[in-house]
Amino acid sequence: MQTLRSVFTVAHKDLRSELRSKEAINASFSFALVILLIFSFAFDPTAEDTRRIAGGLLWVVFAFAGALILNRSFAREVPNDCLDALIATPIPAYALFLGKAIASFLLLLAVELVCLPIFGIFYNVRWAVQFLPLLLTLALGTWAMTMIGTAFSALTVNIRLRELMLPVLLYPVLMPALIGAIELTTNLLNGEMLSGNNITFLKLLIGFDIIYTALSVALIETVLVG
Amino acid sequence: MSAPGVDSILSVDGVWKFYGDYPALRDVSLSLGKGKCLALIGRNGAGKTTLLRILAGFSKPGKGSVSIVGLEPRSTEARRRIGFIGHGISVYDELSASENLRLFAKLYGLPASAATDLLERVGLTRVKDGLVREFSRGMRQRLAIARAFLHEPSVLLLDEPFTSLDDRAIGVLQQLLRSARNRGASVIMSTHQLREAFELASDVALLDRGNLAFAGPRTDEMLSDPGWIYAHYADPA
Repeated sequence: MQTLRSVFTVAHKDLRSELRSKEAINASFSFALVILLIFSFAFDPTAEDTRRIAGGLLWVVFAFAGALILNRSFAREVPNDCLDALIATPIPAYALFLGKAIASFLLLLAVELVCLPIFGIFYNVRWAVQFLPLLLTLALGTWAMTMIGTAFSALTVNIRLRELMLPVLLYPVLMPALIGAIELTTNLLNGEMLSGNNITFLKLLIGFDIIYTALSVALIETVLVG
Repeated sequence: MSAPGVDSILSVDGVWKFYGDYPALRDVSLSLGKGKCLALIGRNGAGKTTLLRILAGFSKPGKGSVSIVGLEPRSTEARRRIGFIGHGISVYDELSASENLRLFAKLYGLPASAATDLLERVGLTRVKDGLVREFSRGMRQRLAIARAFLHEPSVLLLDEPFTSLDDRAIGVLQQLLRSARNRGASVIMSTHQLREAFELASDVALLDRGNLAFAGPRTDEMLSDPGWIYAHYADPA
């Protein structure tokens, strides 16, 4: 119970800090908006093009915008050496990790949910047809990105080129989840139901989330303390 | 210094720490009894911060072992008993003074009243709802000190605690250190301010390029001439 309370205390602290500074969320949302806009004007996609690329386009935007939020997850602790103070508390390292991951997950999901209607307007897509399955896909894909991103954010927190290193490490590992999320999102935006192949992609995402959550939780003490 | 195992609250046994091939600590062994205050001195790069970080559980020794109140420093119970002040202030600029201390109170499983009490003791009650980023340097330092003493630690690890503190923050730290020692807390502080350190310390350890050059009780010679220990025990090179 105390561990669960610690998780939410850390998440609450990160959300409160971010909502006051707005450093990551402003950068992430602006970046997502600009990419959506540029793609729309650069390719001027037809309805058929949009039908094929919708999921890929959205997840490219989410993956790049997400890196900006995930980079800040542990980097936020650097300026005043706050990470030492957190590691020194008696909470388990995985509680600290999960608290940070939940905060990043909620911030990234908020950016994604704001981007969806904008995407719908720019690309003339009826994105709300399968809203609940789409929300589930976003949540599972974002959780995968958050788990790996937060773990790599902890790993790269003390290196000078962390802003560069995080995407370099994150995207290759994330690829299976991204493929599943892209396929599933494309199909759902085209009005398909959550059945057949889509269930397979959903299982892929769930499996990926379980494996990488377990791995991150098991390894985070070593990542933070050695 | 106490004999290892006898009333010893902190024990370092044959500790080596390597950064790449470079040994930052070389076979360091020492122990400290309950209620004692150890001044950990040495020139820049001698290994003081490395040793303190190992004691605090922030990094692990390459060889050897460390125990705090008989426990491994990363154990939950040891972390409950350790208070650490490092080079940074370790509080959040985007949170208020009160939010910062309540955050750490929650993480240590303490009631919110612990934060209120400490804010009063360090003289920050009036500005408790102000964001730390708007604080003066001295106020930030006092908040950092309050954070370290919040959970009434029985072992205090202080890395150059008096460096760049203003007069009021020094007063607050000295007062909190006195009351901590009165309730039996042990203190290890690394410092370059020898005179101030020797006045507080019951024991002294001198690190010289990762070697423990001296460890023993603080003597009258040290008090009267703070440079005496370097002249007698440190490598002049």
